[in-house]
Amino acid sequence: MVATSSYLILGALIFAIGATGVLVRRNALIIFMCIEMMLNSVNLTLIALARQWGNLEGQIFVFMIMAVAAAEVAVGLAILIANVRHQQSINIDEINLLKW
Amino acid sequence: MSVSLNPVHFDLFFLLVAAVCLAAALGVVMSRQPVHSALFLLTNFATLAVLYITLEAQFLAAAQVIVYAGGIVILILFVIMLIGGDTNDFTAAQRIWSRIVGVALGVILLLAISYSALLRMTPPPDDAAALLQGGTPKAVGIALFTDYVLPFELIAILLLVALIGALVLGRQPEGAGEGIPSVKVGD
Repeated sequence: MVATSSYLILGALIFAIGATGVLVRRNALIIFMCIEMMLNSVNLTLIALARQWGNLEGQIFVFMIMAVAAAEVAVGLAILIANVRHQQSINIDEINLLKW
Repeated sequence: MSVSLNPVHFDLFFLLVAAVCLAAALGVVMSRQPVHSALFLLTNFATLAVLYITLEAQFLAAAQVIVYAGGIVILILFVIMLIGGDTNDFTAAQRIWSRIVGVALGVILLLAISYSALLRMTPPPDDAAALLQGGTPKAVGIALFTDYVLPFELIAILLLVALIGALVLGRQPEGAGEGIPSVKVGD
């Protein structure tokens, strides 16, 4: 049986890679994908700890996170498309207005 | 364990899947083309589903493939094809130090969050598979519809609200008949 810390370290690595992507990249779509990746690394951590304590609650929580992530993707992509309609750009350096 | 592989075998399997997973994660961040990023993201999600199976979470592995690989990545790909999202952000006028600072902050974050994971933990109980009932749809479903039925219903409302919100945000404004413009390349 693979130790729980192996999964936790893998989760930490993916989370850090995703966070670095959010900080480094300028393309809003790629930042979006990096956020999805971070959510998934947290899911992995929760499932690993669910096995660690022999308790299903962690898995239930992951199910909720998946639903929230799906909602977030739908709304986030709609915002991106609305912004492209308005500005013809998805470079986050140019998305700097709250009103117009 | 539901799978009776010998421990060394199983560790090798974990290492292989984890290596593919990490390589795909790096690919998402480092690809120039958003389409490549999306495909790397798909690989990342698929390997995570494999890891879920090794963690006694069969239902979530299936949900991972259906929701993330089948839903979210496809949606992202649709949007990429729709707006042609190439911002060319490797050569665009971005500050030179911003990438260095970003990577440094990422390394600090990694050190901070992996510190706790490196602590010695007791191994998971031998009957973890029995306690979790393998994370089958039956076990998860019974837990969802008994103890966690209120959060489940709230999630349903959240999804409805998000659906309506996405429709309102993505709606074509009245009188604008030219559709969605493409993003200019290399601006």
